[in-house]
Amino acid sequence: MSSTASKNVKERTDQDLAIRVQNMSKEFVLRHTRSMKEAFVWLVKGRKGDLTAKFKALNDVSFDIYDGETVALLGFNGSGKSTSLKMISGVMNPDSGTVLTREKVAGLIEVGAGFHPDLTGRDNVYLNGAILGMTKAEIDEKFDDIVAFSEIAEFIDTEVKFYSSGMYLRLAFSVAVHTDPEVFLVDEILSVGDEPFQKKCIGRIKDLVRRGKTLVVVSHDLGLVMDICERGIVMDHGNKVYDGSVFGAVAHMRHQDPEEVEREHRENLARAIEDKKRHREREKAEALERGEEFKPQYDPDLDGPLSEEDATSA
Amino acid sequence: MNAPVSHLRPPGQDRGLRDVLANRFLLKLIVDKEIQIRYRGTVLGLLWSYLKPGVQFLVFYIAMGVFLELNRGIENFAVYLFSGIVVMNLFGEVFGNASRSVVANGGLLKKIYLPRQLFPVSNLLVAFVHFVPQLAILLIACFITGWRPDLKQLLAVIVGTLIVAVFSLGLGMLFATFNVFFRDAENIVDLIVMVATWASPVLYMWIMVRDKLWEWVYFVYMLNPLTVAVELFHYGFWFPTTDMPQIWHVPPHLLTWWTPLTIVVSALIFFIGDRLFRAQEGNFAQEL
Ligand SMILES: Nc1ncnc2c1ncn2[C@@H]1O[C@H](COP(=O)(O)OP(=O)(O)OP(=O)(O)O)[C@@H](O)[C@H]1O
Ligand SMILES: [Mg+2]
Repeated sequence: MSSTASKNVKERTDQDLAIRVQNMSKEFVLRHTRSMKEAFVWLVKGRKGDLTAKFKALNDVSFDIYDGETVALLGFNGSGKSTSLKMISGVMNPDSGTVLTREKVAGLIEVGAGFHPDLTGRDNVYLNGAILGMTKAEIDEKFDDIVAFSEIAEFIDTEVKFYSSGMYLRLAFSVAVHTDPEVFLVDEILSVGDEPFQKKCIGRIKDLVRRGKTLVVVSHDLGLVMDICERGIVMDHGNKVYDGSVFGAVAHMRHQDPEEVEREHRENLARAIEDKKRHREREKAEALERGEEFKPQYDPDLDGPLSEEDATSA
Repeated sequence: MNAPVSHLRPPGQDRGLRDVLANRFLLKLIVDKEIQIRYRGTVLGLLWSYLKPGVQFLVFYIAMGVFLELNRGIENFAVYLFSGIVVMNLFGEVFGNASRSVVANGGLLKKIYLPRQLFPVSNLLVAFVHFVPQLAILLIACFITGWRPDLKQLLAVIVGTLIVAVFSLGLGMLFATFNVFFRDAENIVDLIVMVATWASPVLYMWIMVRDKLWEWVYFVYMLNPLTVAVELFHYGFWFPTTDMPQIWHVPPHLLTWWTPLTIVVSALIFFIGDRLFRAQEGNFAQEL
């Protein structure tokens, strides 16, 4: 099992590390005592018996993630993916082992975690932006882009509780992808909003990747993961059971042959791009018929990476 | 492989209150949020922070002053009463809300890392926003009754306010931590707030404690930072409105002895609260 699966492994030194996880373990207490009476009785009885049952959520997990790597964290429900991300973001601390990260690590861990339903969209953008580590000047500067990206400008001064759940997620996602951390942690949030918006989100993420951001993604959408990431780590009951190329990781999950997985994925991808090209041609023809100028919607798969400036307005 | 990597650091290690100060923008937004939420959908808005203490004052004044005839024994009883109530309201709000703040923001704490002491500290600031209108009402009452404070008396008010702030935030962080592990803490907090008004000379005079109880009780009584803060407020607001300074107006050695002593007590509580909070904050996310 190789420890990394990227192209330029030998050029990497410790200076390029973004995240280093060594022998990380975490036990959770399963039965919480919520009252003092219970705890008191337990203490008086000489701490005998199981006040708490323990459960090992992470077991001696180690991995290094380098700058610019895109890593998918895969595994079945309850395998410890979210827990790992929480350790990396600093929300939780491991019981043993070490976790080291770069200074600015931001979780898109859950969209809208800092949103408050009684505040307006505008106030929530500021509050959530600040929670995700943006300064006032940064939010001021990016505010218009954030709103434009979410496509809910009309409702920006409405209280968020009157939003539809999709609108709510759109705004929250917009804020999150306009932060500028060194490492992005993404937990199951790419399935946001309706299909056009989902595509836009994925486009935005891909664009971040092309600009060299380090990305750790948790997702059950294996196709999407193969699209975005180059490396995959598979977790199983708190153990790291695979670490290598993303195709190998998906193959591990599906009990398939890695080469077959990769070939299938490339075929799908090629087909999707063909479809997109055809679709664009058709739109162009229709536009010409109406006598309009055709301006294609930005698509990272067709148009290559955006420059820093127009990335925010796309 | 095991060599330390200098540009990396363990995540989630903050510098406590210093980081709260470094995040003033976020702190301000959280305070704004708290205030906005508290008065959402109300017509009167922040006016409520005048109305509530006003009514509270009226009730106590009628019950204690008129029915129990305390206003005959104490000159300007209304000012006396309200300067104590103001202290207790500040304490109750900081302590009560700070104690709940961690659990109340559990959803956020579990998902995103941010300096966790932001939450208790923001409640201190929110409480001050509500403290100012009460102070304004108190000042009006003072001026009506002919308030002529000297510099020392004004300083006493400032010191008293600081004592309450430090003490209640320290106690708040202590109970916020307990509350994560045992939700019983919330009920204990309510109990303490309820008892606190009676454990300080708000509705009566400190001489009653000295004269009716043992000496050591008086000693313990005066070690309570709230008692001293209330007396400092009496000294600053009520005392300068009275005509005949009598010997029992404020406790002896209030400024020279009890004030420094309770500053130490408050600082100690604050230190313990801060220490406990910082020691346990890494466990908050998994317990909530
Ligand atoms: N705070 C907690 N207290 C107790 N147990 C916990 C806590 N957080 C997580 N666990 C347990 O740890 C295990 C791993 O949880 P985790 O959320 O990391 O899974 P996951 O891989 O993200 O799963 P999913 O795909 O469902 O999101 C689960 O069995 C969960 O019950
Ligand atoms: Mg999860």
